[in-house]
Amino acid sequence: MYEGDGVRSPYGGLLEWSRDMPAELRSLKQSEAEALFRRIGITFAVYGEGGSPDRLIPFDMFPRVFAADEWARLERGVKQRARALNAFLCDVYGRGEIVRAGRIPARLVYRNEAYETAVCGFVPPKGVYSHIVGVDLVRTAADEFFVLEDNCRTPSGVSYMLENREIMMRMFPALFQENRIAPVENYPSLLRRTLASVAPAKCEGEPRVVILTPGHFNSAYYEHSFLADMMGVELVEGADLFVEGDFCWMRTTEGPKRVDVIYRRIDDAFIDPLCFRQDSMLGVPGLMNVYRSGGVSICSAPGAGVADDKAIYTYVPEMIRFYLGEAPILKNVPTWQCAKDDDCRYVLENLAELVVKEVHGSGGYGMLIGPQADAATLALFAAKIREKPWNYIAQPTLALSTCPTFVESGVAPRHVDLRPYCLVGETIELVPGGLTRVALTEGSLVVNSSQGGGVKDTWVMAE
Amino acid sequence: MRLQISHETVYRFDPPMRGVVQSHRMTPSQFEGQQVIHWSIDVAGAERGASFRDGAGDWIKTVSLLGPVSEVRVMVQGVVETRDLSGVLRGHRETVPPDAYLRPTEATQPEVVVRALAEQALADAEEGALARAHALAGAVADAIDYRPGETAAGTTAAEALTLGRGVCQDHTHALLAVARVSDIPARYVTGYLESGADGGAHEASHAWAELFVDGIGWIGFDAANRCCPDERYVRLGSGHDAQGAAPIRGVADGLGVEAMTIDVSVTPETQSQSQSQSQTQQ
Amino acid sequence: MLSRTAGHLFWIARYIERAETNARLLEVGARNALIPNIGGGFRNDWESVLQTSGGAQGFAEKYGDVVQRNVETWLFFDRDNPSSVASCIHSAREGGRVVRTALTTQVWDAVNSAFQDMQEFARTERSSLSVSDLTDWTLRTTALIRGSALNTQLRNDGYDFTNIGHYIERADSTARLLDVKYYVLLPNVAYVGSGLDNYQWRTLLRAMSSNRAFNWAYGGEISPAKIVDFLVLNRACPRSLMSAAEGAAEHLDRLARSYGRSTEAQTRVRDMVGNLSEVQVQDIFDEGLHEFLGRFMGDLAALGGDVQRIYLSGETR
Repeated sequence: MYEGDGVRSPYGGLLEWSRDMPAELRSLKQSEAEALFRRIGITFAVYGEGGSPDRLIPFDMFPRVFAADEWARLERGVKQRARALNAFLCDVYGRGEIVRAGRIPARLVYRNEAYETAVCGFVPPKGVYSHIVGVDLVRTAADEFFVLEDNCRTPSGVSYMLENREIMMRMFPALFQENRIAPVENYPSLLRRTLASVAPAKCEGEPRVVILTPGHFNSAYYEHSFLADMMGVELVEGADLFVEGDFCWMRTTEGPKRVDVIYRRIDDAFIDPLCFRQDSMLGVPGLMNVYRSGGVSICSAPGAGVADDKAIYTYVPEMIRFYLGEAPILKNVPTWQCAKDDDCRYVLENLAELVVKEVHGSGGYGMLIGPQADAATLALFAAKIREKPWNYIAQPTLALSTCPTFVESGVAPRHVDLRPYCLVGETIELVPGGLTRVALTEGSLVVNSSQGGGVKDTWVMAE
Repeated sequence: MRLQISHETVYRFDPPMRGVVQSHRMTPSQFEGQQVIHWSIDVAGAERGASFRDGAGDWIKTVSLLGPVSEVRVMVQGVVETRDLSGVLRGHRETVPPDAYLRPTEATQPEVVVRALAEQALADAEEGALARAHALAGAVADAIDYRPGETAAGTTAAEALTLGRGVCQDHTHALLAVARVSDIPARYVTGYLESGADGGAHEASHAWAELFVDGIGWIGFDAANRCCPDERYVRLGSGHDAQGAAPIRGVADGLGVEAMTIDVSVTPETQSQSQSQSQTQQ
Repeated sequence: MLSRTAGHLFWIARYIERAETNARLLEVGARNALIPNIGGGFRNDWESVLQTSGGAQGFAEKYGDVVQRNVETWLFFDRDNPSSVASCIHSAREGGRVVRTALTTQVWDAVNSAFQDMQEFARTERSSLSVSDLTDWTLRTTALIRGSALNTQLRNDGYDFTNIGHYIERADSTARLLDVKYYVLLPNVAYVGSGLDNYQWRTLLRAMSSNRAFNWAYGGEISPAKIVDFLVLNRACPRSLMSAAEGAAEHLDRLARSYGRSTEAQTRVRDMVGNLSEVQVQDIFDEGLHEFLGRFMGDLAALGGDVQRIYLSGETR
């Protein structure tokens, strides 16, 4: 977060802190942090990127800081987006007003692979489809944020937000005494409250919430078990649940216990072999029938993914205007769809200025950063785009903001992004913080951990 | 026409299973073409579970059986009063947007043979959406001869078209595939057919396609019989393909080997002699 | 608690105890191999160890002839042997990863470190690892895991399943070790009371870390009657069948109280404890020690089956 020659004000004291830290202490702290991460077993895989389960994601001790007023604006923007995305989901599985009004092309929605006819006509409790919305943001100026993408299914990485904070507090307690940093520790209890608030109507008494995991071979298993532990709920696999009568039950040592809310960390296709993929061993046969008849809640709702598709993304500002009657607070990055002839022509003519991504790509692979590419790479990509235009989208290179980061030679600016986690239930909540990813290589814009990215603690200063 | 239906499906497991859960899409649809006089689905020893009307308008029921389960006997019996609406699904309430039925499935991929047939059929077709739909149904009927035993449950539209032979499932998959590549929403429908003594040997447990025709709505096309559903048809439910529309979807927990037998009869209630058909599947 | 979670806790405890048993067997075998060849000779001793560990057939298929070094490998390192120390530690750690949230940091650390050490051994030159070092390491490691569990785990139903697993496995282990001595190890009844007999008894006690405890409790000469009393009936001996059965009974009772329901498992374990309380050493010899132990192990297997069916299978209604 540099501004002109210096850093922005919220960073004031931290620069001194980092300057005053002797090199030995710094490397001591760094290895202490690593030992802590290794000990708790938090592993490499973030955002489903895969990678070696035994590798640590690099942790940068220099926190990223937001002033209270900066955060307040961002919070409004993220909540606005989460509301609009849920309104959109309710609409397209209901009457489809936004499509009828011609604001979004029908085909983009209904032919989308993530559109689930199995939930058409069903309104989940409180009208919420996406209960945890992860919004990936970058900053380009003091009060200008762009949304890179929305994650409406089961955004991962929140365990890093909590563990990064935990480790910073353990290693630098003084910093937390000197600065008034808003806490994030209540995220698990907020998440639990959010999930409980969408219990089905048939639920009696205190809702029983569980997390459904594909199992311990999954790259995000650590996060699943961490969240279960922090929320004090059972971490179940598909085989632990079964459907009988109007409800879903969990196999326990005392006999079956009814389950009311399932926070699932498995994909739609695997939830129920009687409704989706017949060969799924991870799901619960009959679960969708219980869900549709109001016996259990599934978070996020199957079909929520249609709202975070890269093609739908373009229309989120439109959704905000349509459903909320508000002006979008956060901006979308202008996006060219190579599938459209005009856009494709523009992209090919301006390749050297653009970032090109695969439509279904992730993890920073298969990406072109025009300004940093040589002529041969540009030519290669131009050929790829001509061959399969529908497989690519392009965006302008943003002047991403940077944040002070510990490097070999001291402290230097590095590019960062941010994923806050918005909780949507009876109320809508955003804990003051998120996961900051940092591109540790000088000048790099790629923050993915598989490509030399790291993570930082994210501070929001209390008023 | 008043049709009497008796439909028994028996699953046997050896060794017995820990438990069985099934989802049934086996209640006649509610629309102007048919009225249920009475209808029952019985599964001996089963716990009845969640039931609801889904977005496509189908009534779905869940049953579960506790292990050890060596046999599941699903007995459907009922009487339905039907009317000929020339295939039009009039007065059917549903919320799934027709465009959602444009997406191909594994069984209905738009492969070369599919595209070729669609192009050829539409080249000769008259103007108008309805004429185009008829042209596609006719082309599929010409392209696939009715021949039981040559295709299997997993046969795709393209495979059946290449082979040139198949049963009602293959006709239907082929029609869905050619309709979808032609931008016509299309879905798989299951039900019963009374084919009478002289009506040919087509299955009493039947499947056909519905195509969405702008201005009219969903219209049934039975390419296997070169007609649109009339009063001899009873409609149960629909899906994106045979798997999605299956009257019974089930999962048994355990290592047992499954064997299934089906016995279906559809008879006009006035008629005493019944037309029945059995099949065994191992 | 989830049946699957309870199952993992139960089995982690059993694997840890089993690892310990195999290390003890290894020690018995190595010690017996030091005494002169009488009767069946060295090979016979190792064969009986394999018989006891329950892996004789698997060993024969893989290695053929019974050679000391191969037996050591089989009992300690070999992942093809599901009961080897390495396999047990590996399985315990896998289970621990799955139910990580049901374990305290201390227990997880102990299990995970055991696994890491084992990986290290696998990379080390075999000749630099002595049997007694490996045995010592195993006893130390399993004690650390068990101790961490006793010290830090929440006293909930998960704790009971851990202990039930531990005691069932321990009872099984003691019964097997005793059986190998009396039935398999001693080739001929004529040797009863001989120097060889006494030597083997001492080895057995040492393998159970009970040599000195026995001296304190009984003093003087070793006799089969004293040994059987000590390892079967004596409540003071932590490895006796009585202690193990009472341990299992205590934790099954706790479960029944907290769940408000008593089952066949509680009935069975109470019968087992009752039988042990009534029986005298002479009764055991009258029945035949081998026969008595066989019957006990049968009851134990049935108890394990009850626990599995009632609590761990998830089929209970």
